Amino acid sequence: MNNLNNNQNSTADAIRQKLSGKTGRKYWRSLEELADTEEFRSFLEDEFPQQARPLALPIDRRQFLTLMGSALALAGLSGCRYLPQQKIVPYVKAPEDLIPGQPLTYATAMTLGGYSTGLLATSNMGRPIKIEGNDLHPASLGGTDVLAQCSILHLYDPDRAQTVTYQGEVSGWEVFLDALRIELTSHKSTGGAGICLLTESVSSPTLHSQIMAFLRTYPKAVWRQYEPVNRDNEQAGAILSFDMDVHPVYNFDHAERVVSLDGDFLGTMPGHVRYSRDFMDGRRVRKDHAVMNRLYAVECSATITGAVADHRLKTLPSRMEIITRALASYVGVPGISGTVTPAEAAWLKALAVDLLENKGHSVVVPGDQQPAVVHAISNAINLAIGAQGNTVSYIKPVHSIMERLGTAGQSMGQLESLSSLANDMDSGKVKTLIILGANPVYTAPADLDFALRLAKMTQAGKFTACLSAYSDETAALCRWNIPRAHYLEGWSDGRAYDGTLTLSQPLIQPLFESRTDHEMLAAMVGLPQAGYDIVHDAWLKYLTPKSGNTLQPSTIDPAADPEKRWQKALHDGLLEHSAFPPKTVSLKSGWESILPPPLYLPPDALEIVFRPDASAWDGRFANNAWLMELPRPLTKIVWDNAALISPATAARFTLAEGDMVEISSGSRKLTVPASLLPGHPDNSITLHLGYGRTRGGKVATGVGSNAYILRDSVSPYQAVGVTLHKTGEKYQLVSVRAHSSREGRDIVRTGTLADYLRNPKLVDERTAEEDKPTVSLYPPNKYEGFGAYAWGMSIDTNLCIGCNACVAACQAENNIPVVGKDQVSRGREMHWLRVDRYYQGEINNPDTVFSPVPCMHCENAPCEPVCPVAATVHSHEGLNQQVYNRCVGTRYCSNNCPYKVRHFNFYKYSAGQPNNAPGNYDIPILKLLANPDVTIRGRGVMEKCTYCVQRINHARQTAKTEDREIRDGEVVTACQQACPPKAINFGNINDPHSQVAEWKKEEADYSILGELNTRPRTTYLPRLRNPNPDIKDG
Amino acid sequence: MAIKPDNLLDPSAGMLTGEHTYETVTHQIGSIVLNQKSHPRQWFMMALIGFALLNVLIVAVLWLLFKGVGIWGINIPVGWGFAIINFVWWIGIGHAGTLISAILLLMRQQWRTSINRFAEAMTIFAVMCAGIFPLLHLGRPWVFYWLMPLGPNILGLWPQFKSPLVWDVFAVSTYFTVSALFWYVGLIPDFASLRDRAKGKIPRIINGMLALGWRGSTRHWQRYETAYLILAGLSTPLVISVHSIVSFDFAVSLIPGWHTTIFPPYFVAGAIYAGFAMVLTLMIPIRSWYNLKDMITMKHLDWMAKFMLTTGLIVFYGYLTETFFSWYDADKYEGFMMHNRMFGPYAPLYWTLLLCNGLIPQFLWSPKVRRSIPALFAIAMVVNVGMWLERFIIVVTSLHRDFVPSSWGMYVPTMWDWGTYIGTIGFFLFMMFMFIRFVPMISIFEMRELVHRKNSNENSESTGDVR
Repeated sequence: MNNLNNNQNSTADAIRQKLSGKTGRKYWRSLEELADTEEFRSFLEDEFPQQARPLALPIDRRQFLTLMGSALALAGLSGCRYLPQQKIVPYVKAPEDLIPGQPLTYATAMTLGGYSTGLLATSNMGRPIKIEGNDLHPASLGGTDVLAQCSILHLYDPDRAQTVTYQGEVSGWEVFLDALRIELTSHKSTGGAGICLLTESVSSPTLHSQIMAFLRTYPKAVWRQYEPVNRDNEQAGAILSFDMDVHPVYNFDHAERVVSLDGDFLGTMPGHVRYSRDFMDGRRVRKDHAVMNRLYAVECSATITGAVADHRLKTLPSRMEIITRALASYVGVPGISGTVTPAEAAWLKALAVDLLENKGHSVVVPGDQQPAVVHAISNAINLAIGAQGNTVSYIKPVHSIMERLGTAGQSMGQLESLSSLANDMDSGKVKTLIILGANPVYTAPADLDFALRLAKMTQAGKFTACLSAYSDETAALCRWNIPRAHYLEGWSDGRAYDGTLTLSQPLIQPLFESRTDHEMLAAMVGLPQAGYDIVHDAWLKYLTPKSGNTLQPSTIDPAADPEKRWQKALHDGLLEHSAFPPKTVSLKSGWESILPPPLYLPPDALEIVFRPDASAWDGRFANNAWLMELPRPLTKIVWDNAALISPATAARFTLAEGDMVEISSGSRKLTVPASLLPGHPDNSITLHLGYGRTRGGKVATGVGSNAYILRDSVSPYQAVGVTLHKTGEKYQLVSVRAHSSREGRDIVRTGTLADYLRNPKLVDERTAEEDKPTVSLYPPNKYEGFGAYAWGMSIDTNLCIGCNACVAACQAENNIPVVGKDQVSRGREMHWLRVDRYYQGEINNPDTVFSPVPCMHCENAPCEPVCPVAATVHSHEGLNQQVYNRCVGTRYCSNNCPYKVRHFNFYKYSAGQPNNAPGNYDIPILKLLANPDVTIRGRGVMEKCTYCVQRINHARQTAKTEDREIRDGEVVTACQQACPPKAINFGNINDPHSQVAEWKKEEADYSILGELNTRPRTTYLPRLRNPNPDIKDG
Repeated sequence: MAIKPDNLLDPSAGMLTGEHTYETVTHQIGSIVLNQKSHPRQWFMMALIGFALLNVLIVAVLWLLFKGVGIWGINIPVGWGFAIINFVWWIGIGHAGTLISAILLLMRQQWRTSINRFAEAMTIFAVMCAGIFPLLHLGRPWVFYWLMPLGPNILGLWPQFKSPLVWDVFAVSTYFTVSALFWYVGLIPDFASLRDRAKGKIPRIINGMLALGWRGSTRHWQRYETAYLILAGLSTPLVISVHSIVSFDFAVSLIPGWHTTIFPPYFVAGAIYAGFAMVLTLMIPIRSWYNLKDMITMKHLDWMAKFMLTTGLIVFYGYLTETFFSWYDADKYEGFMMHNRMFGPYAPLYWTLLLCNGLIPQFLWSPKVRRSIPALFAIAMVVNVGMWLERFIIVVTSLHRDFVPSSWGMYVPTMWDWGTYIGTIGFFLFMMFMFIRFVPMISIFEMRELVHRKNSNENSESTGDVR
């Protein structure tokens, strides 16, 4: 600077010279700049060379390239964080009650086989994410089955039919309406002759009245109902014995002795959720209430009802009738007899004595799949043991009855209905076929060859349309396919197992171009209407008192405003007191004489039993990945069905697990892997329906074998005269955690009621002593003071029916990914909760024990100290927490977990890796399904049961806002909520009056592996049996 | 060091055969490095095999990082598989090197001289192989550093110091650091020799840099000896501690078959056993390919065989104790675990393990077998396999059937498990043969010391003169 100062004077002239030549504004920093002297330039270069050079020097080629290169690279860097453009549309008018982040719950209902179960659907910001049972609904009482739990996945299933198609080409609803109108109008002149409507079982009064309206418009049109799993036999049995079409409804809460004649009332019978609650309530053994009902099960397959039974008699399907006859003769039903083996006779006699001793408190439950004769005789037995009005009541059928043509008052079974449709199709009588929901091409008995007939019709250019959720086997052969709405997408109604009117309301606009049955029928009568208006109008009609309203419930208050009653029904999900009143029935005289004589088959002839599957049902749930991966209750097989045979039958045919066998029934053949099921009747094969789909989604296609191939219309639930031979091929059947022996370990405590009364602990002193906590080097955790909770769980294994509803609920609640068959075969299933199934006793007729195993939340958790990064820690409320973000994935915690309840993301399962499993959360539509309160886990982290910590926190927030402690029963875990018999209890064990604390106070309360001093928070109550002392088999 | 003139009692007798002078020793060892044309074709063969397998490792690791640990056979209940088996196996192999170089140095066992350099190199490469596995077996290997005590300043959290896996981090990293340091310090005088003898410019420069200005002055030697002793002292506890801590990975848990107090000594003995087997496996062919039979003599092989026999007996005793206690403690889970090992689905492996580690090494009692090169090589190979099987049995059979029978499972390794395992063997071989080519594989200065000692012994025998 000095240098510059010295030069100031010498440059003054130069400045003046420069300025003189300028006009306008020009800024200068110093006089030197103005003068632009040599000195200034050198100063500038010395002081700020990086500024000066680019100005001073011409840019050469290299420099240019350098600059451009770096500019390009930097531009690239800024591009790394390119975010997709998003539109934010705030609510202009916010929906009522919607608080962001706060879930809303609505009552709705799912209808399966014509029977509605009331549900509560949780919606988060307009996305339904979870299904729970509706406490108010008689078919639920808060519980649900696995099908209802997993039905939410079906809503978001990317494989669903999405658009109206005509001959496989995308079309539209309006186009279809035009075509439909033209087609129907062409039949108007003939009164609709040739129009046939095929539906599933219809219990919806709205749909019924719509169909009636349609049939009034087209009097010669035909309506057919068909479901492969129907109640034809029950109906026929009632008509045989009572000459009245009535259905039994069981009141298990009054039942002390129950006989199941293959009646799977805990697993598949309509109303089974309610039944399991009522029945298991009679087995809720507490110290001050040590009484138990008794269940006898005669089974020709193996079901969870048989697994719960105190006595189980297994028999061939063909012998069921004989056994029922023998039982009837022992309880004193006149005119009925059957010849049974001495062992069976002794068993049945003791049973008969027990039933008669408990007259009025006992009931016989025949299975839906048993022939009509068994139902008829059972009805007679029930009358003989005074069941009517006490443990069973007869009501008019819940689903709509189709009358046999020309014979007024005589109802027609569904099978007959489908057969007559098939005949009509053959004879060319059917000119227009509209199928609502049903998938007869897949489910119809094989001898009807429905596929061929439908294909012929369609090829002949006839109008065939089907309303179907998937582009399934039937849809493929129909001209028109209309996507069918999920029950959460459209308005509907239905009746529960006891006739209670149930409302089903949507929670979301249809995701695709789908319609409900109601909208379809409205279109068919030519008055297309929105679903809400249809159902609402119908309800208002029958909520308005008027004489002769057949749909009107018996106890309607004439003063009530119909709209208000509608509102209440909508809120509750049902119409109160709308159950069908019981009818008094009596045996028709001479009923016994019209029964066909029983058939005595050689005992070593092979027979097949067809049963609906616990996961696929009749095939409609086959595309549900959650259900496919849910272990079947007894076999624990996933992603498959198998020919279930007893170990003795396997030995007879020298079969091992997974051996392929070819089963022939008549000319029909099916190749299927065999699986050995202890307790299965000998010489019988159980085949579950619903697998081997050829169309209907990526998940369903190719899973398992199609048992429908062997099924004929003569005897749809069992087949005799079957041959079996081994093909020599092997197939990998994958079962989850299927080791069935307890290896003499104190893992599940079992005993009889008598044992319990003697010693509630059911184990010797020494084993009981091991349960007590022993000393530890570390000070015990303390949970004290206001708002100090210690969460704990108690599971009553005596109430567990092994139905897996808890597992399904946990999967839905906690965003648990599906991993696929291959990964399950590698032992990598992700279910946070599993239901262990152990057998005890001899292999041919063992006792089955179920034990649900969630995380034990050990007080001294072995997983915690071994984690090198402290990713699994103990919370101040005693939860054993897994911190996903911190987890590095050493898997040491899982190794050290004695219960093996931890699950590891070996791949990024949540994104469908490695096998593109559906049910992953990377498919855009499935993202809607995720519970926003639960983290989606990435690859390489451990996960496990959290005791539904998100639900605890919800309750905590509510409690804090209201400045109080969390109340007992306010936190309900997903498994606890779903459990039909309410075998799981959860709460604050710090509070001595909480329910869970009460359960834990029971002397019988035990910990799994208590001797390891892990001090689990999850404890158990033992599994008890109440055998008849007069029966020795056990 | 006063050496008794009695040849029979002289521990250095037979340690160097043939007519060797300082010059011949230096030349013979140094020329392997300096004369790059001197390598036998076996070198190329082995290096090529190593390189090929190394590529397998690279592919296996990249695929692992891309897909996740799901490509391996691990599952629930068997959360640890080949990764941990191989980790323990490799760490074990390293142990012989440290034992030979540190403990035998302190015990003044001169026979270690001609094998210590080689064994130490083996240690370093084995620990490298071992170190790969715990990193890769993480579900999220990219956050491996969360296991390090970087503390609140960097990560905001300490690791969980109760966890043996954190102890492992300390143990293995310390072990690697000290071993590498010890090896390098031992190499300094030899680098200086190579620098002085190198003809080319580049070897001279490289060796010169590596020699850190070593001139061989008395002061250098004096300080060098002190430093070397201190490092040996540091290494000595590591021989015991590293594998003890590795054994804690298992012993600290409550899984039957893991929760055992005998594990630390049993693991250490097993490690040394495996290490000597590996030294023999490599030494036997190399001494023949490089004509080093004068320096790595039958005496050396005999000593190593004896070591193997001793440690093998300790290991075998460990097996017996384990079996005994599984019966004696009357714990049903322990009892079942042992029964399952013996008669369960992995029983053939268990019995093979007993055959490999328990029975076959008993042939080493016979001096004839110890001095038969093929027999010794075969037994060393058998022990290598046996020790690997031992880790397999410990890791897999304990986990696959633990407490709750419903959660039992099986472990079947996949091709990626094998790929990673074989890949590390490739890495090891490749590194070993690179070492042979570029670093003197026998300590030149210590061999010269041996020549000196030998000469002085001979002199004292003939003339009675001590020097």
